[in-house]
Amino acid sequence: MKKVWIIARREVESYFSSLAAYVLLVLFLGFTGFFTWLRGNGDIFFRKQADLEVFFAIAMWTLFFFIPAVTMRMLAEERRSGTIEMLLTKKVQTWQLVLGKFLATMIIVAAALVLTLIYYFSVSRLGNIDHGATISGYIGLLLLSAAYAGIGIFASSISKNQIVAFLIAISIGILFQFIAGILASDATGAVGELLAYLDINHHYQNIQRGVLDTRDVLYFLSVAAMGLLWADYFIERKK
Amino acid sequence: MMQVQIRNLVKSYGEQRAVDGISFEIRRGEIVGFLGPNGAGKTTTMKIITGYLKPDSGEVRFDGVSSLERDFRHKIGYLPETNPLYTDMPVIDYLKLSARLQDVPESEIPARVRKMIEVCGLGDEKHKTIGELSKGYRQRVGLAQAIIHDPELLILDEPTSGLDPNQIVEIRQLIREIGKTKTVILSTHILPEVEATCDRIIIIHRGKLVADSTAGDLRRQAEGKSLLTVRIEGGTSEEQRSALGQVPSVQNVETVMEGGVRKWKLEHEGGDGTAAEVFDLCVQRGWKLLEMVPQQQKLEDVFRALTMEN
Repeated sequence: MKKVWIIARREVESYFSSLAAYVLLVLFLGFTGFFTWLRGNGDIFFRKQADLEVFFAIAMWTLFFFIPAVTMRMLAEERRSGTIEMLLTKKVQTWQLVLGKFLATMIIVAAALVLTLIYYFSVSRLGNIDHGATISGYIGLLLLSAAYAGIGIFASSISKNQIVAFLIAISIGILFQFIAGILASDATGAVGELLAYLDINHHYQNIQRGVLDTRDVLYFLSVAAMGLLWADYFIERKK
Repeated sequence: MMQVQIRNLVKSYGEQRAVDGISFEIRRGEIVGFLGPNGAGKTTTMKIITGYLKPDSGEVRFDGVSSLERDFRHKIGYLPETNPLYTDMPVIDYLKLSARLQDVPESEIPARVRKMIEVCGLGDEKHKTIGELSKGYRQRVGLAQAIIHDPELLILDEPTSGLDPNQIVEIRQLIREIGKTKTVILSTHILPEVEATCDRIIIIHRGKLVADSTAGDLRRQAEGKSLLTVRIEGGTSEEQRSALGQVPSVQNVETVMEGGVRKWKLEHEGGDGTAAEVFDLCVQRGWKLLEMVPQQQKLEDVFRALTMEN
């Protein structure tokens, strides 16, 4: 685990030493904040309820773009520049590298989410906020982020080109976000159930409703794990 | 005791066999030069020894133990051909990272980093970001990260490629210095480099080992056919050719034109006998011997002979 931590630390430090990181962070907070507070029709003021439901619905989409933008360079750049060879000829296993990148992504995402706590404090001054729903909302966001991060890291492992990695991650995301749900409504039987199970929205909504079911937790963690396992496999194969 | 034993390595990329049954052994403390034309399989072989690539078959043994059974990466320092570095990191941070990744105890890291900066001459550049360094200094950082954990075996893939002549001399000196205490495998296609730094030469071609000996031995091997270049005034070129062809120790006569002047290249068995005979011939015929240059077989010629495409 020490190696995982060393890799993650180097990644986070490198991330926050680049200007692009802050631009991305500002974009994330800007879009999230705009749609949460200022959109008009449907924003927090419009609803006249002291809750963060709007924010959680919006953050799902901003993270949908933010996380692939964070993960796209992680393995692609190591492979393009050849530094991956430098890492893996030292005492580092491929899975440690992949897990380190995942951990780094989660730290960066958590940092971004910590900044959104401002919304929580603001709203809690406007009225009686439901603390339980907020906590489960944030847990949902973290679980969702884990799944996106797994997908993003997988995408970054199969291309040396960051932009391609970004687009692949978005495409896989769309598959989970829309396609599975749409197809599920048409299909019946086992296929329909499988597609419904794959639909990321469905699991996310469950948690946002305040129901923290192990099945949903397991779903997000398995998507993340699948992504990381595939990333590990592709790095080994493409040496 | 052989420190490193390489046995029957085979590695294919699709249809192509990059490494095709290479075996050799390296004694502790040797500096081995790994030669071959581009694409001969040098880099692949080195990557297999580092453990980065898995061979299709064959194995690498360290002190008698197979690398399949135990992880030897901490015993190896590796400088890849492209010298990949995190260009956004300061030199010191990068060296610390390299040490941590090689399991150097945290308490020893500051001392190791200081030592590397001293050994590799990075004193003036240590606070700079790697991206700001010149190619020569980047190469030093590459060497420093490869030896920071005090490995027993150092693998350097074309360590001087792309450097200017001064940098090349400096890096070679550094390698020789490091090589006093470590076993080194060094690949290159610059032949004088091998003569300047290595105890032993291994030449591979199309994935196969074609020579394994010292530079001196290789040259002596080729000296069976020595060359003598002569330039003679007098007689026609036909007369010269047939006369030279009749000199007993001469095996072959070739003509070359250099700057509009006809010269003869005589292939012979070696030794000074031929030169004396050619001199006598000229005296007999009354020709003037304008030039007579014995040519030592260069390593280049040996290399070319061994790796000719045919």
